[in-house]
Amino acid sequence: MEQESKTLYTILVFSENLAGLLNQITAVFTRRQVNIESLNVSASSIKGIHKYTITCYSDEETIDKITRQIEKKIDVLQANYYTDDEIFIQECGLFKISTPTMLNEKGISRQIRLHDANIVEVNPTYAIVTKTGLTEDIESLYAALQEFKCVLQYVRSGRIAITKSRREHISDYINEREEKHRQLTMEN
Amino acid sequence: MKETITGAEALMRSLENEGVDVMFGYPGGAIMPTFDALYDHSKTLNHILVRHEQAAAHAAQGYARVSGKVGVCLVTSGPGVTNTITGIADAMMDSTPIVVIAGQVGASFLGSDAFQEVDLVGVTQPISKWAYQIRRPEDVAWAVSRAFYIARSGRPGPVVLDFAKNAQVGMVEYEPQHIDFIRGYVPEPDIDPVAISEAAAMINAAKRPLVLVGQGVELGNAQDEMREFLETADMPAGCTLLGLSALPSEHLLNVGMLGMHGSLASNVKTQECDLLIAVGMRFDDRITGKLATYATQAKKIHFDIDPSEINKNVKVDLAVLGDCKQTLAQVNKLLKKNSHTEWIESFKPYFEKERTVVIEKEIHPTEGPIKMGEVVNVVTQQTGNKAIMVTDVGQNQMMAARYFKFTQCRSVVTSGGMGTMGFGTPAGIGAAFGAPDRDVCVFLGDGGLQMTIQELGTIMENQVPVKLILLNNNYLGNVRQWQAMFFNRRYSFTPMTNPDFMKIAEAYRIPCQTVIDRKDLAAAVRTMMDTKGPYLLQVAVEEEGNVLPMCAPGHDVDDMMLEFK
Ligand SMILES: Cc1ncc(C[n+]2csc(CCOP(=O)(O)OP(=O)(O)O)c2C)c(N)n1
Ligand SMILES: [Mg+2]
Repeated sequence: MEQESKTLYTILVFSENLAGLLNQITAVFTRRQVNIESLNVSASSIKGIHKYTITCYSDEETIDKITRQIEKKIDVLQANYYTDDEIFIQECGLFKISTPTMLNEKGISRQIRLHDANIVEVNPTYAIVTKTGLTEDIESLYAALQEFKCVLQYVRSGRIAITKSRREHISDYINEREEKHRQLTMEN
Repeated sequence: MKETITGAEALMRSLENEGVDVMFGYPGGAIMPTFDALYDHSKTLNHILVRHEQAAAHAAQGYARVSGKVGVCLVTSGPGVTNTITGIADAMMDSTPIVVIAGQVGASFLGSDAFQEVDLVGVTQPISKWAYQIRRPEDVAWAVSRAFYIARSGRPGPVVLDFAKNAQVGMVEYEPQHIDFIRGYVPEPDIDPVAISEAAAMINAAKRPLVLVGQGVELGNAQDEMREFLETADMPAGCTLLGLSALPSEHLLNVGMLGMHGSLASNVKTQECDLLIAVGMRFDDRITGKLATYATQAKKIHFDIDPSEINKNVKVDLAVLGDCKQTLAQVNKLLKKNSHTEWIESFKPYFEKERTVVIEKEIHPTEGPIKMGEVVNVVTQQTGNKAIMVTDVGQNQMMAARYFKFTQCRSVVTSGGMGTMGFGTPAGIGAAFGAPDRDVCVFLGDGGLQMTIQELGTIMENQVPVKLILLNNNYLGNVRQWQAMFFNRRYSFTPMTNPDFMKIAEAYRIPCQTVIDRKDLAAAVRTMMDTKGPYLLQVAVEEEGNVLPMCAPGHDVDDMMLEFK
């Protein structure tokens, strides 16, 4: 497949909380014909600032151009791309499995334990299992549970990531920009 | 105490605040409250009623290009604003600052497919620098100030304001806003002193430097810095289509236009230089020809204000980010006085070759039908190379670009990145309002004129002093040329049966004349230039003329066809 010559990159984007930005960001991928593998949008640790975690297969040249084109959008504060060794990554899988089957098949709860997953809800009809980790870990549990034909629903979240760097680029950026603004207002 | 006024009135005051004096527009249901407010401001805000909204956008572009100010359009929702889309996309491609303000259905109707509702922000986001929906009168002053700041700052571009009807009629305590800072938007990247000194070192060491002058030089008002840059280091420079007036045409170091129909010398030497220095240009494929072989022998420096342009098409060795007025000035301080006489001399045989094989035949023919180039040559001479050149798209555009001469900056108004037919006439109208003291000469093809011919009405009503020069070859000439060259002369839908353009001009009461014989050309141009107000000069030009030289698409940039039989 074409993905083999490509690397999985994670782009972290910080933006103002304004309508329509997600559209603009995804449009950059579409124009460059790059498929988004996963996408997560949520609040960040900074009030009023949204964080996007986007993964895609690409080469470095393309991902660099994509990142700069995203950063060019007016209300995007910062966009950076990372490879897996530069970030801590988590995903979450949710499983709805049949309680009667689980009670009949000992192997099911063994697999849940082996995979370090949690059962968060049980009723006579179904149980809910959650598993956080990397894609492989979650998919491995899914494959194991599938053997028992007990899965009623399965969903895996997009990746979320935190950088390993000792510097907090987004806070630095905001401080720099605010300092610049102070200087600007003083000049005028 | 703050005054309480309608959102529409707040828009008027905000526009006045931004120094707007002219706008181009067309009314309709969803923008009526705003046009009603405009009625009381027509002394300060001179509104020009166009005959189709596409023309409002192009006129705003023409106005912006020649004046350096933001062009403004005011149109209604739905079809009114979708008619401006071509102009918005064109302004995006060519970095032209315009603000398009459109009516929109009231906020409570949004999303309901109300009459003349269109998802304008959704439609224009990919083709604008910023698009925003004003849903409350409280947001008017902020949005307008932000719109103008974004449109004009950094790399300029179009901004769209979608003005919901309830926000036009709703009341607000108006307070003027002045936005000059947006946290997430860095219009001018900080200048890196290391890049400056590296650039100077590379230029000082170069033996065969070649500079590519783009519109960025004009947008940054860096013409003087550019001249000093070239003269100190003694470097030849080619100009992009949009950068043509950023350096006087007759400057000794100007080696002509770059690219597909550019000068032979500038394209050949692109493949021989040892240092290529691009300033405020974006390496369009019409400039580079085949990318894989483009100037591979040279080290490259790219001066630009937009980080996303660096390495986008051509990989460079050094990027100098920032406003080129400042970066050039800083590099200039570190340049040694240099001389590259031998290198500059080496351009001459190519000038000579192009002159004898192409140019002389085009501008000084003695027999046969009139050529486009000779018309352009007569017009530029009779205006002392001081006029503003506006063009439509096609052969007329390329011939105008090749043979019109420039002595003043901000003298080129043409659709570069988009190549929008129909651009010329409305952009010429805008240019006339943007530079009322200058002559505006608009070169048009018979195809392009007919795409926005309704604007003769706008010209008539306002007595806009544009000189329209119709280079009539009875063909969609540019496409016909490609059919001749690449499609075995199969002229699929390029010949045109044209109307009597003189009757049309007369109907609009625009003075006009047709020239068929070479001997009448100079006098006709004289009459046109001496006539106050608008004029349409139709010249019957060679029907199957070709624009040469030509670097065919996908060919090496120095692989230029000089003749085509
Ligand atoms: C809106 C639009 N439609 C189609 C084209 C494609 N096109 C480019 S040049 C050209 C022919 C232009 O003919 P004319 O206006 O007569 O100018 P000429 O080339 O003959 O000078 C066409 C059809 C275009 N650039 N823009
Ligand atoms: Mg034609």
